[in-house]
Amino acid sequence: MALSGMRGLSVFISDVRNCQNKEQERVRVDKELANIRTRFKNERGLSVYEKKKYVWKMLYIYMLGYDVDFGHMETVQLISAPKYAEKQVGYIVTSCLLNENHDFLRLVINTVRNDIIGRNETFQCLALTMVGNVGGREFSESLAPDVQKLLISNSCRPLVRKKAALCLLRLYRKNPDVVNVDGWSERMVQLLDERDLGVLTAVMSLLVALVANTPHAYWNCVPKCVRTLERLTRGQDIPQEYTYYGIPSPWLQVKTMRVLQYFPKIDDPTIRKSLLDVLQRILLGTDVVKNVNKNNASHAVLFEALALVMHLDADKEMMSQCVVLLGKFISVREPNIRYLGLENMTRILLVADVADSIKKHQSQIITSLKDPDISIRRRSLDLLYGMCDVSNAKDIVEELLQYLTTADFGIREELALKAAILSEKFAPDLSWYVDVILQLIEKAGDFVSDDIWYRVVQFVTNNDDLQVHAAAKALDYLDKPAVHETMVKVSGYILGEYSHLLARRPGCSPRDIFHILNDKFPAVTTPTKALLLSACVKIMMHCQPPDPELVDQVVAVFRRYESSVDAEVQQRAVEFLALARKGTAFVDIMAEMPKFPERQSPLLKKAEDTDGDASEVSATKIRQQQMQQEQNSTALVVADPQPANGGLHPVSVPKTAAPARHSEQAVTSETPQDSKSFPPSQSQAHSNGGTPQQAPGHTPGSASADLLSDLVGPLSLEAPPPVASTSSSDLLALEAPPTPTAAAATPADSLALALLDSAPTQVQPLGNVSEWFKELTLKDSGVLYEDPYVQIGLKAEWRNAQGRIVLFVGNKHTGPLTNVKSSVLPPPHLRMQSAVVPENIPPRAQVQVPVDVACLSASRETAVLEFSFNVGHAPVSVQLKLPTSLNKFLQVAPVSANEFVARWRALGGPPSKLQEVVRGVRPMPLAEMANLFIRLHIGVANGLDPNVNNVVAATTFYSGTAATLCLVRVETDPSDRTQMRLTVASEDPNTTYELKEFIKEQVMDIPFPGQSPQAATVTPATIPLTGPAAALAGLI
Amino acid sequence: MIHFVLLISRQGKVRLTKWYSPYTQKERTKVIRELSGMILSRGPKLCNFLEWRGLKVVYKRYASLYFCMCVDTDDNELETLEIIHHFVEILDRYFGNVCELDLIFNFHKAYYILDEVLIAGELQETSKKSVARVIAAQDTLIEHAKEQSSSLSNIIAQATK
Repeated sequence: MALSGMRGLSVFISDVRNCQNKEQERVRVDKELANIRTRFKNERGLSVYEKKKYVWKMLYIYMLGYDVDFGHMETVQLISAPKYAEKQVGYIVTSCLLNENHDFLRLVINTVRNDIIGRNETFQCLALTMVGNVGGREFSESLAPDVQKLLISNSCRPLVRKKAALCLLRLYRKNPDVVNVDGWSERMVQLLDERDLGVLTAVMSLLVALVANTPHAYWNCVPKCVRTLERLTRGQDIPQEYTYYGIPSPWLQVKTMRVLQYFPKIDDPTIRKSLLDVLQRILLGTDVVKNVNKNNASHAVLFEALALVMHLDADKEMMSQCVVLLGKFISVREPNIRYLGLENMTRILLVADVADSIKKHQSQIITSLKDPDISIRRRSLDLLYGMCDVSNAKDIVEELLQYLTTADFGIREELALKAAILSEKFAPDLSWYVDVILQLIEKAGDFVSDDIWYRVVQFVTNNDDLQVHAAAKALDYLDKPAVHETMVKVSGYILGEYSHLLARRPGCSPRDIFHILNDKFPAVTTPTKALLLSACVKIMMHCQPPDPELVDQVVAVFRRYESSVDAEVQQRAVEFLALARKGTAFVDIMAEMPKFPERQSPLLKKAEDTDGDASEVSATKIRQQQMQQEQNSTALVVADPQPANGGLHPVSVPKTAAPARHSEQAVTSETPQDSKSFPPSQSQAHSNGGTPQQAPGHTPGSASADLLSDLVGPLSLEAPPPVASTSSSDLLALEAPPTPTAAAATPADSLALALLDSAPTQVQPLGNVSEWFKELTLKDSGVLYEDPYVQIGLKAEWRNAQGRIVLFVGNKHTGPLTNVKSSVLPPPHLRMQSAVVPENIPPRAQVQVPVDVACLSASRETAVLEFSFNVGHAPVSVQLKLPTSLNKFLQVAPVSANEFVARWRALGGPPSKLQEVVRGVRPMPLAEMANLFIRLHIGVANGLDPNVNNVVAATTFYSGTAATLCLVRVETDPSDRTQMRLTVASEDPNTTYELKEFIKEQVMDIPFPGQSPQAATVTPATIPLTGPAAALAGLI
Repeated sequence: MIHFVLLISRQGKVRLTKWYSPYTQKERTKVIRELSGMILSRGPKLCNFLEWRGLKVVYKRYASLYFCMCVDTDDNELETLEIIHHFVEILDRYFGNVCELDLIFNFHKAYYILDEVLIAGELQETSKKSVARVIAAQDTLIEHAKEQSSSLSNIIAQATK
């Protein structure tokens, strides 16, 4: 055993080792830390030897896992020491203790640089090693040129140059700009001629990183790399010390082949041929030998060669050689080789048409799924997932399900997800799909996300012939003793909707089914309880003629939850109770759920998204992406309406004729694209209160893609509002929007096409466009529009009559947006100029579109943005109002009381001064109204009006070169906040009128006058003004 | 690239750590705890690769010590495995039949030997001879420094400081 040479250090290590337990160890370490701390404090007395010793001790303590939060300075200072022994300690410990972001590292950049450019070779080595290991961005900025010089220097020894190469690699990773692409590629070519294999290995590592980023710049390195590879594989001219178990530097071989995988294609026929020859030799000439290390090394080379062959798109024969080899590997005993065989089989599947030959190994792969090693199981699962198609889906999915029961925790989630995806993607028929998912929920309910069971419900709802089967299955599962909650949800839902189809079977009477559901109540969470309540009411409704005993039992359940703490459960219970009293009338309300519109599977979308997020650049990944683009159908793109496998797309948008009232409603509500669409009536808006963002006034596509709202939302909607009214029209109104999707999608779809043929796609905004617009009226930045593909943000600046809007159009999608067009349609009073949008927006990119605005006169009209793009081949087009509202050209005007009164008097009456009693005002306290005015750039003059219930305000309106002072007075009635008297005055009659109307729009709840029943009853005109206000009114 | 190197004893004691990617102190502790748990519990006849947090850990047990290196998923696993062996052979040659105790009491030497094998998470030198030469030269330099510091003039300088 070599001695450490430092007695104190050895003693300390022995002490720590002799500690009986963790506690003793901590005491010993704390003691030592305290000692070091005091020694460092009075540094003068420390000898060089002691300093070194303490710094090593610190590293040792740190390695044991204790926090060492002092002494970093002393460590860093050692770097500046003149002697090698101290410098070495300083450099090594610094690079272990501190990570690249530590501030102290900045302190030594200069010292390090001096060591690098100095003449002392050993110092150079130390400095290069440290920078190579922990150098950050700042190092790369200040040191890169010096390091490059060392690498290409003729006078430096290989020892220094190989360190310089790797050091430069580190600096390049931290900041790719440090290597000048143009000049450097020539240098790299020269460096590849290096005779010293140590340097060449380091240079090759550097080249891998360079080529990975900018392959085109390093084309000229290809011939040299191929030659190096030839030389290595032939074993020509390789010094003995660079062979590893008889193999000429396997690492260099692997790295060279790695470089070649980053070049998109190798076209030169002679180079390609010699490369393929080399690869062929590796493929055929690698044998299994006894020595483990030799075996590993030769197989490391072999697997890299396989990867390169895949990359090169070699001929069929060579590919099938690869598959044969891999087939051999996946059946060997040696776990490493088996693991790699499976891994590479998955890779080859992605790049070559070898699915059929791989299928021959299916049983072998399934055996590996049961291997004791989780690493191998993972690979095998991945491969099965990759090789699954319509022909073997049944076998593979059933295998996965079977494995699920015994699989350990680490892999269950992935397994469940993959089984769900495969069963959906390749289902030979839908009933099989439903069976699989139900099994999945039974076996691994915890890992079945809501998305998955929503999907089952969708398929069942949309396919009549599936309903009986699903209901029977659901009943079977629910009848078992311990049922997972997700199973209760999906089965409860299906039984509620379709159990009546089973009524004739034994044990399937409504009463039986109700009892089964009823038993589940105590054990489930609140949201599930709500769902079960709905199921119960449906069962009761379907039971015709009514079974009084059943009704009693169901009503008892509702009573039980009538006073539930949870508002949702309580509401349902109360509402269902009220409905139950209605007798047959409620059959209409509880009708079967309408069919769902077809949509992309959220599950697959998720998988697709995570797939696209690959930020790492690597040869295989790039390759995979290329392949996916080439053959879209095999990738996880499932939005495609006619997939190659013809599997699961029976879901279609029903084109049933909509009842008249639906269409009327749709007409009133569907016309405008965004903010003009308000709920047609207040009562309806209330009935939709649970999901306000889904008010039926929304555009057809706008019903959120969120499945939850489809499934859970409707259940809350089908119930009447708590105030149950007896009139039948009320019930009809309730039934009218049975579900947000039904209202929005079923009847409206066809209508929408007629009205807005510009919006033919299924793309739906992710929120309420009119809400967004409303917000933007009040502020100058925010979201204008967002759907799954694109987000348009907006930032605006306004100065007097001028303004500049910048639209930020971001592509959220993983594919490019093509055929992007945008045009701004200004109303007559605005002059606008918009920049041109680029035709294509690459994935995850954002473009800015500035729009200049100038205002010529007052008007409430706003500009409209027509925006269209293509996702894949589907065109999407939207019309959006731009927030160029009147208030944008207003500026708060500070006006004194005298001025105000003088002006107010001067502007005698109409048309300069207009007054109106506004009804249907959104009730708000005065402070809130003042606040609203300020946000609208109308300055409130506090205290000017003696009546505390009034607000007076002044603002300047800018148009062209003119500035018009506008005065505003609002008189409110504290006893009825829904009405107010609004007076606006300015020199320009048009401005007066427009501003008055604008303020009206802003304060009113619903811009349809007379809609509010309350307002209607109070129609009698004059508002009794209270004392002081009347006095002021008389005064001015 | 190699993100970090860990040497863990069978009892879960850390014998050497080297981080080539920036991990904070907290993350380092967490990684060590997590990985030692996973690796130490793996049986003897399993493969040497472990998929972990989107990366791959290649490890090998030598007597009572586990040598682990964490690489990217698409790095060549067997190549990494042989880097481990290469490092072990160099240690073996230097210490003469290396054992865990050598690495405990001479952990600082293990660090500078590692620095001659890996830089920036990449293999620096594949020739054992060449590494041995450099380490020997370093040892001479340090011995030299020690002699100097123990020389008479130095002692006087220390005493009069």
